Amino acid sequence: MTADAELSNADGPPLEIRGVGMRFGDRDALRDVSFAVAPGELLAIIGPNGAGKTTLLSILAGIRQPTAGTVTRAGRQDGRIGWVPQQTAVYEKLSVAENLRLFARLERLPDPQAAVDRMLEQTDLVDRADDELGRLSGGNRQRVNIAVGLLGDPVVLLLDEPSASLDPRQRQRLWKFISALADHGTGVVFATHDIAEAERHAERVLVLADGELLFTGTPAMLKAAVAGAGDGEAGAGAGGEVEAGGRPAESDLEQAFVAFLQRQGH
Amino acid sequence: MRWLLIKDLQILRRSPLLVGLLIVYPIVIALLIGFALSRAPEKPRVAVLNEIPAGKLSIDVGGQQVDISSYFDELFDAVTPIYVKSRAQGIADVRSGAALGTIVIPADFTSRLSSGLQSADVDVIYNGDAVEQSFAQSTISAKLSQANTALATRLAHVAGGYVDLLRTGGQLNAFGTSVKILGLNKSNAAIDSAIAGLPETSPVRASLLPVAHFTALGNADLGFAKLLLETIANPIQVHTSLLAGRRTTLDAFAVPLAVSVSLMFVCVLLAAGMLSLEREANTFARLTRGLVSGAGVLVEKGLLAAGCAFVATFAMLCGIGGFVHLDWSRMPLWIVALASSALAFAALGVAIGSLAREVRAASLLAFLLALPLAFMALVPSGSISGGLYDVISVVSAVFPFKAGLQAIDAAINGSQPGLGSSLPHLAALIVVFAVAARLGLRRFAH
Repeated sequence: MTADAELSNADGPPLEIRGVGMRFGDRDALRDVSFAVAPGELLAIIGPNGAGKTTLLSILAGIRQPTAGTVTRAGRQDGRIGWVPQQTAVYEKLSVAENLRLFARLERLPDPQAAVDRMLEQTDLVDRADDELGRLSGGNRQRVNIAVGLLGDPVVLLLDEPSASLDPRQRQRLWKFISALADHGTGVVFATHDIAEAERHAERVLVLADGELLFTGTPAMLKAAVAGAGDGEAGAGAGGEVEAGGRPAESDLEQAFVAFLQRQGH
Repeated sequence: MRWLLIKDLQILRRSPLLVGLLIVYPIVIALLIGFALSRAPEKPRVAVLNEIPAGKLSIDVGGQQVDISSYFDELFDAVTPIYVKSRAQGIADVRSGAALGTIVIPADFTSRLSSGLQSADVDVIYNGDAVEQSFAQSTISAKLSQANTALATRLAHVAGGYVDLLRTGGQLNAFGTSVKILGLNKSNAAIDSAIAGLPETSPVRASLLPVAHFTALGNADLGFAKLLLETIANPIQVHTSLLAGRRTTLDAFAVPLAVSVSLMFVCVLLAAGMLSLEREANTFARLTRGLVSGAGVLVEKGLLAAGCAFVATFAMLCGIGGFVHLDWSRMPLWIVALASSALAFAALGVAIGSLAREVRAASLLAFLLALPLAFMALVPSGSISGGLYDVISVVSAVFPFKAGLQAIDAAINGSQPGLGSSLPHLAALIVVFAVAARLGLRRFAH
């Protein structure tokens, strides 16, 4: 496999990676990770600290080049994959509209002002358009942060810990907004520590630990995998996909997640 | 890149504190440096007790009156004199700190000089801390030495007149009387004439021959004596020749120095700060994700810093031109030197910014690096050991301050080395630091 191959895929899934690995010195941050994102899908990447979630997202976003494997994007332009970093990546001295206009121009959108107006509307920030970012609440800043990621009308939006700094009310508004994006066909991949959040919002979860993809499936399947393994009947092998139909879990996803990691030796 | 540049200017416009720190502060510092270097040192306050009676300020040198007040004027021009009426008052002023020293010119000063047998004395009493005392002492000593030399020259001139009189003859006016002097030349001629009229065997002729020989020898020796007197009065003549280095005065050098210091601080701090701001705001990764290349960000920050610094220092130079004489016809050279130096400093700034993730860290790093560079570039050769100077020369050559200073000095004052050697040096440094910045970004960007 080539180390930095990036392929265009017009007909397949909007984003797909195969056998992706990332090495920092003599440490493997990611090993042989493969999955695809479907249009309109909400996909959560969960894992303990240092699992490689942010590294994986930065590879998906095109910020880092993997040392192994291929990344296939719909279209050649990175702009078709929206990226929202964990910490707000916007300018505090510029207003909301100025931030959006700057990135719209840098993305060479045909009508930057129309894109700005659309995002202000979409993020419900029309009234705050002329306010400097530094004067906004954390929740509103994160909305601008996401709005910048959405400017290019991406087919897939990547979010790194999107609700980490938000209070419950802001978090609720954020997820409502993200769900609406998915309903309109945007694939959403988010990394999170909050297992309950992944359970509540994700259609599918990826469990990463020490750079390895340990599990891919629905939250219910993860619970089932743990419950099944507990009875000595079924387990989720490394990278294995647990089929639906397992016994319903009695514990919530967080307990299942911890138990799953323990079983996998992490 | 255009939109990034506009964005950065918007941010700067909305950050008065940052602009103040990056532009106003270095300019103020630079002006202070220039002012301190160009301003004449403050004259030390010195108490002066002149006990010479009024009307006795001239001395008689062989019938000629020499006014010594002009020598005192020269001495007092180098100090701020505080005239006192007694030695006790002078000492009290020194003790209280009102004066750094006291000069006492005794009443017999002129009579001792006039006697031609004794030196005249001047008492100097010092006080103050080490630096002030040293300053006052060196100022007074230097001026007294100059007065001594000038007076000795004057006395030698008068003595030379006597020597001429002895050789060529004439009227000698001394002690209220006038005496006619025949002179050795005429004496010698008269003796030779007398000898010529005497027979070869005359005993008088035999007696006169040694006298004729003596007068001829005395005449010749007195000619040498006159030259010797002039040499004693001024034994060391100083002739200066500049082989290499600046030909500009310290005052004229203060202008390019102030401009260079400002240019360096504005450029380096702005370039490093604005680049690290992209990292601090987490926008660098977002920008370089297909929107702008890493090299594009570096070029934009470099041009921003160089442009702002150029405008600030060019305005500063024009402002200085209102107070200091500048050759305005050299303005095209100013622009070339300022622009080249600004680009080199900006390249250094982005190289520093590529290593830091925070504005504060970048600013600190820029200060820590820039300040010693400025000092090292000003160390004169010969003031430290040869080996250490070689090391400092290498360090100064690796960074753009010295080359920038030389270019700006050459552009403003036409000093050496000229722009022909400074500009290629700066161009090489631009390339080196741009490459270093690119490597730094690759290593530390994410």
